[in-house]
Parts: sequence; structure tokens; C-alpha cells
Amino acid sequence: MAFVSNGTTILDAGAFSASLGAMVHIKTLTASSSSTLSFVDGASSVVFDNTYPIYKFEFINIHAGTDQANFQFNGSTNTGSAYNTTKTSNFYYSYNRGSDGANNFQYDNNRDLAQSTSFQDIAFNSNVDNYSSLSGSLMIFNPSSTTFIKHFISTINDEAQTSGEQGLSQVNHVAGYMNTTSAVDAIRFQFSSGNMDTGKIKLYGIKDS
Amino acid sequence: MGVISNGTTMLDSGALDSGVATGKLTLISTTTISTSTSAVSITSGINSTYDKYVFKLINIHVSAQAYLQVNFRDGSTAYDANKITTMYYASHKEDDSDQELVFGAGNSLELSTGIQRLTSGEMDLSNDSNICGYLCLYNPSNTTHVKHFIAQTEYMTNSPSAETSYIAGFCIATAAIDGIQFTMSSGTIDSGIIKLYGVG
Repeated sequence: MAFVSNGTTILDAGAFSASLGAMVHIKTLTASSSSTLSFVDGASSVVFDNTYPIYKFEFINIHAGTDQANFQFNGSTNTGSAYNTTKTSNFYYSYNRGSDGANNFQYDNNRDLAQSTSFQDIAFNSNVDNYSSLSGSLMIFNPSSTTFIKHFISTINDEAQTSGEQGLSQVNHVAGYMNTTSAVDAIRFQFSSGNMDTGKIKLYGIKDS
Repeated sequence: MGVISNGTTMLDSGALDSGVATGKLTLISTTTISTSTSAVSITSGINSTYDKYVFKLINIHVSAQAYLQVNFRDGSTAYDANKITTMYYASHKEDDSDQELVFGAGNSLELSTGIQRLTSGEMDLSNDSNICGYLCLYNPSNTTHVKHFIAQTEYMTNSPSAETSYIAGFCIATAAIDGIQFTMSSGTIDSGIIKLYGVG
């Protein structure tokens, strides 16, 4: 039986007809000296399939356990048995240093990938001091497609360090694609060395209707 | 009394059932500027409720060729949070005579309590000119870590050109950020809308 208010059908057949918003929270993982954090479709209430055309990960104050480690992700086409999707990507970044105004804005050909199965850096040289962290987001488009490659776009701001100098505001822009027509059904995050001490990674699905 | 549809509980005890998927981009406030103002301050709704806040700037129109600016409040009434930031921008003139993608050294801050520009160039003030964009503020109530923000704006400069500025940085104070203020380097904000969302 439908639930109708003032002539408008609010819900029917076990679903709401009225809009409840298009950005749906799926899962939050909280780091606690974690070597990896993985989102696997069908496990621990994670949805990462054709339910949504766009998935967005939000990184909230991820704090690294090891100095100058790089924050990375990789995809899996076998629900996490292996994280090794082939990727081609571009990477550029900009930083400004608080102590002396040293700055940089450049393409980074050490962090872009060319048909590589390695983990993709999405931020680098994280600072390990207590006040430091990184925040930002990663979007993955239509990961369940078996026709198209899977595009991703990431922007992360990082309290980073370089050459022993701390206090850098460094924004990292990464985009590319997982060059596979197999469905990507799991994503893993890690640092290139050491753990994620604290912080949260939140997964959202973006509805298309 | 619950509301059950097709065997699925939809409503009960005065709330949606926890199994109902709901949107997590929540509109907190809308600030509509309809008379010229020198500063737009938003001091309500920025707290620990959400991990991320998004300010959407919609058709902000200005009275003078000037820069749009932002600053943050960190525990007092003053908008003077200490910041390290970086800005770069892309620009292309309407007459196709110039285009560039450069780091905005003069618009990036090194441990400064001063304003952060959200435009690398002065905005045009023609009637049809305006600025749109967004600013994301992460975990503003956290008192351990720096508070990151990431912004992108798009506007017409007085060249005229289409210019996009990318700004990112962090407030280095460990005090919570509980307010934000948008100002112009000269003149006023004539009209526009600023919407604040929380991402749950």
C-alpha cells in the first residue's frame, strides 16, 4: 500500500518515492595503526558494484606512522585476492613552505603510472608530526563496467615535508584510469611504508537517479 | 507505530528506519546577499557534526575590480587563523591572445594570519560577471591536526578572461575552526548565494 501525503506518493512497494538525497554513505573505516584499509564489495556491508555509477572516498585527517611515506591506492578485480589493476595516470602537485616560502608547481613523472600494476601514489612525503595529516577525496567512475576502463580523479591536501623541512602545504592532483574491462570490486589504501596511525576513510555512492 | 511497505520498515519511532539509504550531503544554511556587504560571515553550523563541510559560491557579484578573499575564525571573534596555503591558476583571454597555467606565488601564504585570496586576479564587475566555486573544509573541530581546505573558483577577470583558481592549504592552529568570512579586497559583495553543506 502506498503512503500518500497531500496527493504525493511518499513511499510505495518498499521504497521511498520522495528524494532522500543522492550522496549515500556506504562505509567508514577508521585507521588505528592500520597497515592497509580495504573496501571490498560484499564484505562488511561494503557496496562497490553497479548500485552507483560514481563512488567517492573521503579522507579525513589521515595521519602517517612513518615520515615521508606516500599515500596510495590500488584496485582489485577479484574481491581483494590481489590489488594489481593496470593503471595509466598523470600526477601534478603544488606546494608552499611555511618557513621560507619555497614553492613548487609541477608535473611529477616519478608518480604517474604507465600501464603499471603498482599502487598509485595519491599524496606523498607525509609528515609524521602529531599535528600533521592529509585530507581530500578520490572518485572512481562506474567501477563495475565490463565495457569501459575505470577512470579515477583524486585531490588531496597534505601537510608534507621535503628535505627535512616541515610545514609544507602540498596539494596533489592525480587522475587516470584502471585499464581493465573487468569489474573493479575492491579498493585498498596504504602508505608506501609504515601504517595509517589515525584518520577515517569514508565511502559514498552517488546516485544517478 | 511503524510504516511498513511491501514488508520493509520505512519509518518507525519518529525517524527513518536505519536500513533506508539517505543522502549524506546535508544543506546547513543558505546565505543570500541581496544588499552590498563588506563581509559575509558564517558562524553557525561549523562544528563536529560533520567530517567535511562544503561552501558553494553561486553567482557572487562584486562592486569593484578586486579579489575575493577568505579567512577562518579559530576560537576568538577575529578571523585570523594561521595558515599555509598554495594557489595556482589557469587563465585564457576572450580574444585568445593569452593563456597561462602558473603558480600564484603572491597569493600563497607562509604562516600568515591574513586573508587568503580565492581569486588570483581581480574580478570583473560587469553586470553579467560573477564568481562561482566551492571551498571544502575538513574536520574543522579537530583539535589535534591541522585543518585542511581545498577550493576552486571560476570567474571573469577584467581582461576579460576565463580564470580558474585552485587553492589548498591548512589552518595550523589546533584550536577548532568555528567560523568563516568572505570579503573583497576593495568594494563590496553586491549579490550572490553561499550555501553551506555538511557531508555526513
